[in-house]
Amino acid sequence: MGLREGLLCLLVRGDAHGYRLKSELESATGDTWQVNIGQVYTTLQRLERDGLVVSAESNADGQIVYTVTDLGREEVRHWLATPVDLAAFGRDEISLKVLMAMVSGASDPRRVVEKQRGSTMTLLQDYTTLKAEASDDLAWQLYLDRLILSAEAELRWLERVEARLDGMPHFEVTEPTESKVTEPVEVNR
Amino acid sequence: MIEPILSMRRVGKTHGSGAQRVDALVNIDLDLMAGELVAVTGRSGSGKTTLLNMAGALDEPTTGEVIVAGENLATLSKNELARIRRVAVGYVFQQFNLLPSLTAAENISLPLELDGMKPEQARKLAEKSLEEVEMAGMADRYPDQLSGGEQQRVAIARGLVGPRSVLLADEPTGALDEATSESILKLLRSRCTAGAAALMVTHEPAYAAWADRVVRLRDGRIEGISERTKTPLTTADLS
Repeated sequence: MGLREGLLCLLVRGDAHGYRLKSELESATGDTWQVNIGQVYTTLQRLERDGLVVSAESNADGQIVYTVTDLGREEVRHWLATPVDLAAFGRDEISLKVLMAMVSGASDPRRVVEKQRGSTMTLLQDYTTLKAEASDDLAWQLYLDRLILSAEAELRWLERVEARLDGMPHFEVTEPTESKVTEPVEVNR
Repeated sequence: MIEPILSMRRVGKTHGSGAQRVDALVNIDLDLMAGELVAVTGRSGSGKTTLLNMAGALDEPTTGEVIVAGENLATLSKNELARIRRVAVGYVFQQFNLLPSLTAAENISLPLELDGMKPEQARKLAEKSLEEVEMAGMADRYPDQLSGGEQQRVAIARGLVGPRSVLLADEPTGALDEATSESILKLLRSRCTAGAAALMVTHEPAYAAWADRVVRLRDGRIEGISERTKTPLTTADLS
């Protein structure tokens, strides 16, 4: 989703000026999206150029109020009806790192899995803490659920990689030694 | 310096010998401080339950030492070990293990009475413990009159009654649905925040994530420990 779709969705709900759109967008997304007011105005101008919104004369406070057009409503309907094409996001950084560890011989892929798991688990712990302390803000809770489930899925995938690698002959690490920097840090009190 | 409430020093456990030798645990160093919830994860056979049994004086290590509430378990007699199991540590299992012929309160007070406590005092402690797990109104119900989540709350109350401050939990959410599991984890967290310490075995990453530290075992060794970020994330970090 871009700012364009976000602003159009809010304008479908009712007319508004730029600053109000900025704060509504932030609160509608559980404050997970901080938008720049300058960008909001530029995007509104482009939407007007494309015939998706129209602007009124500025009001007493000098603010320009925008109204969505029929074409704009149609654009929102179309956007919401189109599923997100995950394939279009393409490369996945973690799987690539594991695959490259396997082909390069620069590190045992099990080590890559082990380190990633530690890091993802910390993230999952942090999200879980946030969720436990979360307010009743529905948008924020839904967003946290999404983050938690993604982190969980990644941990399950890493578990599967590890199980599959266990059935394979040992990977030969051809590079001389691993960098000291990448040694696992033992966090032990 | 604050002493850990439970301390494992280079703990190892070996079964069998020669070709049949199996190292169930190797050189485990782990401290549990008051207020902490620590999760132990790992695949089946990685040593999770063995570690929990060592921590709760249910099994003896082959090497190393376990110190619970300032007492080195290796130096204690059988009777003294039994006392530690009764007064210092509590257990919570997947199957709750409540006695069906006793009420919720009696399930908690009976072990105290067996330990020589006067019935009125034991009852008082049981009621207080039930209150802490939000089960005050159900003290006189029998286990079969309680839901799975409520039975586990009673088991946690029993685990942390009176002077006990260490809870050892083996898959405490195993038999419960997701929403009930979360309420049990929330409860464990809040009991820890109130000063207890809990060591919890789980194979579910989402449940392990409720812990302050997640210890990952692999072939009886600690493969890694992930710790919550000290300064919690804020919404700003996620935008």
